[in-house]
Amino acid sequence: MSYKKTGRFDKRKADELRPIEMEVGVLPNCTGSARVKAGKTTAIAGVYGPKEVRPKHLQLNDKLLIRCYYDLISFSVTDRARPGPSRRSRELGLVIKNALEKSIFVEDYPKSMLEVFVEITEADAGSRCAAITAASLAVADAGIQMRDFVPAVAAGKIDDLICLDLTKEEEDVHDGGGATDIPVAYIPSIDEVTLLQLDGKISSKELIEAIKLGIKGCKKIHEMMGKTFKENYKIKAVKE
Amino acid sequence: MMEIKVKDKSIVTPGELIAANVEFSGADEEYRIKMNNGIYKKGSNVYASVVGIFKENGLKVIQLSGSYIPRQGDYIIGKVIDMSFSNWFVDIRGPYEAGLRISEASTKYLDTDKYDMSHYFDFGEYIFAKITDITDSKKISLSCKESGLGKLEGGIITRIDPSKFPRLLGINDSMIDMIEKLSNTKIEAGHNGLVWIKGPAEGVKKAKEAVKLINKESHLTGLTEKVEKLLQGGKK
Repeated sequence: MSYKKTGRFDKRKADELRPIEMEVGVLPNCTGSARVKAGKTTAIAGVYGPKEVRPKHLQLNDKLLIRCYYDLISFSVTDRARPGPSRRSRELGLVIKNALEKSIFVEDYPKSMLEVFVEITEADAGSRCAAITAASLAVADAGIQMRDFVPAVAAGKIDDLICLDLTKEEEDVHDGGGATDIPVAYIPSIDEVTLLQLDGKISSKELIEAIKLGIKGCKKIHEMMGKTFKENYKIKAVKE
Repeated sequence: MMEIKVKDKSIVTPGELIAANVEFSGADEEYRIKMNNGIYKKGSNVYASVVGIFKENGLKVIQLSGSYIPRQGDYIIGKVIDMSFSNWFVDIRGPYEAGLRISEASTKYLDTDKYDMSHYFDFGEYIFAKITDITDSKKISLSCKESGLGKLEGGIITRIDPSKFPRLLGINDSMIDMIEKLSNTKIEAGHNGLVWIKGPAEGVKKAKEAVKLINKESHLTGLTEKVEKLLQGGKK
């Protein structure tokens, strides 16, 4: 079976994203917050800070300390996820932090800390990408000085078809070459990839093609992120 | 020749190109023009670094949200959270704690032999002070050696987003003066977003509502009229 001929399960084109919803300022107690829904994946991010560093020994004297927490809520997947921190959530916390750090002017906030909490309330593949996008929107909502937003999206390969934004169904394909998942986070204004992971098998030529497709998807998401803020303030203005 | 890419008073987001072909003296590859301006430079282009309203005059972005970042010369309202032999430690709702030395606490001589430190400023009390100095290691020094500064007795404390503080003050303090006059209260507002209101209960309630309204609608025009209407509405 060739997916190049039959197309994808949800009839999307190879370079088509899932429908994305974005919203900022969803949590009133946070300094900044955002919600991102891509297809059936939802991430809610909350940012607190900059604030005093606790515990004190983690304090960095020349730059901002960013701590990220990723959490998959137990009802977000079909098999109940075990609640609480896990090896996976620690890894993703680090991955989100590394993706965001490059975009923030960390040297502006020495000796302080920024805490980013991301909760995944619905997971249908690509949760780390939705998490990074939501976290980046939340950081911008918190008024932190930053170079740019960090959009993220997964590129990948289903059997022989290189495509964008895989769903769980597509990720679980085993026939032919199987499925490959390549999450990409890309900062447009400094032209840098800050997240690149690979799960599966892919040839080097196809990998480059997939990364290019991922960057293209990131640019589309980046546009939406800017629009989200503009509309957020416009809607507030219209309501009066 | 500098080319401005966005409209004056439009909302910009981080990474948005504001101006191209900008010439600056002492240009680095990525040169932060001024921390407070909400912009950064890369090559010969200028980008926004925060979500805010772009002001063509002065080439800056006025932030719409965010927490408080202390700056020298700010007037702040802080809460006393700790004290040592000759220092008070004050929570100013920022990323760093501030210190108030006893020699800076009042224009008068404070005698610690006669009274305890808590006689002057006790735990949990709010003070109105000025930030006199911030060192490179982010040690913040406060001073109350100016008229109007010192302990805030009585009254209530309410909050506003620090980024909306200029709107609460208005041009030449016009907005805050108007609220004080119409609600018959006394108001002190700190750059860190705490607002202290004192006066008759009715007036305090109204002033609090006015502050809330400013917090909600700071980025809209015609705010002064709205606040005036709100404050006068109760009188009729």
